[in-house]
Amino acid sequence: METALVPYEDAVKRYDPVIGIEVHVELSTKSKMFCGAENTAGGEPNTHVTEVCLGLPGTLPVLNRTALEYAIRLGLALNCTIAPSCRFARKNYFYPDIPKNYQTSQSDEPIASDGYVDVILDDGETFRVPIERAHMEEDAGKNTHIGGDDGRIHGALYSLVDYNRAGVPLVEIVTRPIEGAGDRAPEVARKYVETLRDIARAIDVSEARMERGQVRADVNLSLRPTPESPLGTRTETKNVNSFRAIESAVRYEVSRHAAVLDSGQPVFQETRHFHEEDGSTSPGRAKSDADDYRYFPEPDLVPVAPDPAWVEEIRAGLPEMPAQRRARLHKAWGYTDAEMRDVVNAGALDLIDATTASGVTAAAARKWWMGELSRIAKQGDVALDQLNVTPQQIGELQGLIDAGTINDKIGRQVLDGVLAGEGDPVAVVDKRGLKVVSDDGALLEAVTAALAAEPDVVDKVKAGNMGPVGAIIGAVMKATKGQADAKRVRELILEQING
Amino acid sequence: MVVSNTRFTAAELATQLKIGTVSAVEAVQCHLDRIDDVDGDLHAFLHVSAEEALATAREVDKDRAAGVDLPPLAGVPIAVKDLICTKGIPTTAASRILEGWIPPYDASIVRNIKAARMPILGKTNLDEFAMGSSTEHSAFGDTHNPWDLDRIPGGSGGGSAVAVASYEAPLAIGTDTGGSIRGPAAFTGTVGVKPTYGSVSRYGCIAMASSLDQAGPVARNVLDTALLHEVLAGYDPRDSTSINEPVPAYADAAVHGATQDLKGVKVGVVLEMVGNGFQPGVLARFYESLTKLQNMGAEVVNLSCPSFPFAFDAYYLIMPAEVSSNLARYDGMRYGLRVEPTDGRPVTAESVTMATRGQGFGEEVKRRIILGTYALSAGYYDAFYGSAQQVRTLIQRDFAAAFDQVDVLVSPTTPTTAFKLGEKLDDVLAMYLGDVATIPANLAGVPALSMPNGIDAGLPTGFQIIAPAKEDARLYRVGAALEAALEHQWGGPLLDQAPELTVAE
Repeated sequence: METALVPYEDAVKRYDPVIGIEVHVELSTKSKMFCGAENTAGGEPNTHVTEVCLGLPGTLPVLNRTALEYAIRLGLALNCTIAPSCRFARKNYFYPDIPKNYQTSQSDEPIASDGYVDVILDDGETFRVPIERAHMEEDAGKNTHIGGDDGRIHGALYSLVDYNRAGVPLVEIVTRPIEGAGDRAPEVARKYVETLRDIARAIDVSEARMERGQVRADVNLSLRPTPESPLGTRTETKNVNSFRAIESAVRYEVSRHAAVLDSGQPVFQETRHFHEEDGSTSPGRAKSDADDYRYFPEPDLVPVAPDPAWVEEIRAGLPEMPAQRRARLHKAWGYTDAEMRDVVNAGALDLIDATTASGVTAAAARKWWMGELSRIAKQGDVALDQLNVTPQQIGELQGLIDAGTINDKIGRQVLDGVLAGEGDPVAVVDKRGLKVVSDDGALLEAVTAALAAEPDVVDKVKAGNMGPVGAIIGAVMKATKGQADAKRVRELILEQING
Repeated sequence: MVVSNTRFTAAELATQLKIGTVSAVEAVQCHLDRIDDVDGDLHAFLHVSAEEALATAREVDKDRAAGVDLPPLAGVPIAVKDLICTKGIPTTAASRILEGWIPPYDASIVRNIKAARMPILGKTNLDEFAMGSSTEHSAFGDTHNPWDLDRIPGGSGGGSAVAVASYEAPLAIGTDTGGSIRGPAAFTGTVGVKPTYGSVSRYGCIAMASSLDQAGPVARNVLDTALLHEVLAGYDPRDSTSINEPVPAYADAAVHGATQDLKGVKVGVVLEMVGNGFQPGVLARFYESLTKLQNMGAEVVNLSCPSFPFAFDAYYLIMPAEVSSNLARYDGMRYGLRVEPTDGRPVTAESVTMATRGQGFGEEVKRRIILGTYALSAGYYDAFYGSAQQVRTLIQRDFAAAFDQVDVLVSPTTPTTAFKLGEKLDDVLAMYLGDVATIPANLAGVPALSMPNGIDAGLPTGFQIIAPAKEDARLYRVGAALEAALEHQWGGPLLDQAPELTVAE
């Protein structure tokens, strides 16, 4: 029987939350961690397998050097120390999704340890998350339970196992207890995992798509009366697989722990399941220090001793980290904090960066991506970077406007053409005949006709009332189907009136 | 009576094949006939792959007739311990749990022997998953010693040793985790070599204890083991523990050893390896062999390896620990035996795993899984597995110190000659202690050879030579020299003194 929850705001007033997060990142190597099977998501079940990742009798693992390189790259990006020598270990437990009934992992000798990640919170403030370790391990296969409710094992008639994922290289990143987040613990948790995703993508070791399980998070939480108190008993909420869910899980557990503690009961150390539907958690299996995986050094693999020169080479090849880059671009673009935050949240940072690289001002680039394009993306329910337009095309489009070849209004039509797959902006302008009319002859004809239709306008303007000029411009634009250069039209009108 | 082609050594048979006096098909057929004749009593083979062997032989004969340049042992048949995966040929590890399993891939050493164009006669019997010293723990029945059918052939590789000793095959492959090649060699009057750890790829050899397992050659003389070792050895990118260096010329070392003296060679006798509990006749033959080595110019010195008495204890922690993990995969989910519970429990992954392992594994395998699971458990790890690894380091240091003083170490291979079937089945410790002299080499990863050096009460005795890591060639040089001297004394190979086997009708 679960205790009623304490409202979150109330709970964090009386308790200090401490979080700890374990994140598994799938590495995007071509082949699996210990054999040549293709490392590709999906596919017909049990087709991306070899005798090694099926754990057939007699088979042996051989470490994928690229997986090691990616793990080192990730370790360095997390400001970790890379172990001069470390070993793999066998984590022994029986479950049908691990073909050998042990997982080849690392135990007390991780490849990377003692690092940190700077996380920029929603208000722009930086929070430093301490990293205990990042270690290499192989992924398990996938069980599908048939015949029960919602694919759960309980009540299932039978289960199917797909080993396509078995042996996919993972890095598990484990934080130290994250203290000092206070009432922002849920946000810190979410932003931390988002930052890991950004880092993994920036250094090109993983596609890091959480919705595809390429980033998986387990969230630990405990409460204590004050920041000075010893750590409380923690629970571990497993497989919280969206950013929103991470935040919800922490909030829920804070409320639940507070209620348990308020009632004078001890918190029960256990793993918990997260429920996407209502953001709640429920008890999983009891977890205690009695869990015994009988770790011992993997005798089938030799110790990993990366050449220090190689590690330095990898370090030197690391790109700018997302937080640094964001700070640099923020400054260069001159956006307000709010504008920058919106750009980041919209996933437009890379797009705008690439657009400005094609010679467009940061302001114009933001206008396109956060305005018209965001609107279109929202309508179509797709991510900005999934739209059928490249930053280079936006650059070209803005270039046409800046050169006066087209105006803003035509610009939108050109964009429609690009999105419809009609080609680059220049080609769309040609095909659709959308060039701005700035030929005086053609314009003059339209101006004369418009003025003739409104004879009183000339007198009003001569008397100093500029108001009606707009109406004449409008008439000319209408007559030229919007392709007239409005600025030139205005000049011509005034020339005509004033002689 | 025409001497059967089965009596040729592998080197001799290779020569006959080359000069054309024997065809590969004839070479295979005479061994298949011999298996038909005598294996009913011996039970060295679990599976005979006659069709495959003859097909390989026909290809060899065809290529030889066409003038194709063939590898040295092309057409020489071989028996393979049933712990080693052979594509398309059943591989059971002598366990019910793998009964009927047909590997979809070849072990790297099987690829090697296929590349060497050697026909595979079949798969030989062993203690289940190579756990045992008598081949009595095979799920498919005992193998009998051709010197006395009431006696064990040693283990775990009793099948390979008996196949060679009884002329069912000129060559065989064994595997040695604590003496499984050398023990049977000693008990059957054959030669067996456990190479340096990493010399021969383990890929496709069903694991017993990964840090100790090493496959190696089994034959009737030292030169043949050297020839086969050259085929088996070599870097394998599929085995991370494989040594990435060229294969030394082992056969040359054997040839030179057989024709030269041993001046300048220092031979060490480890006092801890000739101690209590050794059969007097075994010790007598051992000292006679030492005299022979001295007579050939070798300098024999006594030395001490103080950590060796702990090797046995360390081995019986490390080996079961690795066993408990290596054998976890046999759960009835993917291949081999699957048993569903019959006691009314629901069919779940857990209940099927339990029922399958309960029925599929024999007593000895279960014993070691339980021992190893215990040794690795939290709270016991440091005291058991951790301490054992420290002992292992000490043993490696003892070997290093010894090899600073001498070129090779020698000992009796086993404390006794072959014992009677069933004699030690109820005395586990006595059975285990039979490996006391062979275990240290596995713990240190150094190479060791066992060769016949005499007879005690009608049964062969074994002489062990141990060399430093990667110095396997020394085994062949010293072994071939001693063999030449012994055969001179005996007037031929020791196996000539073995009783003739009754040929089945």
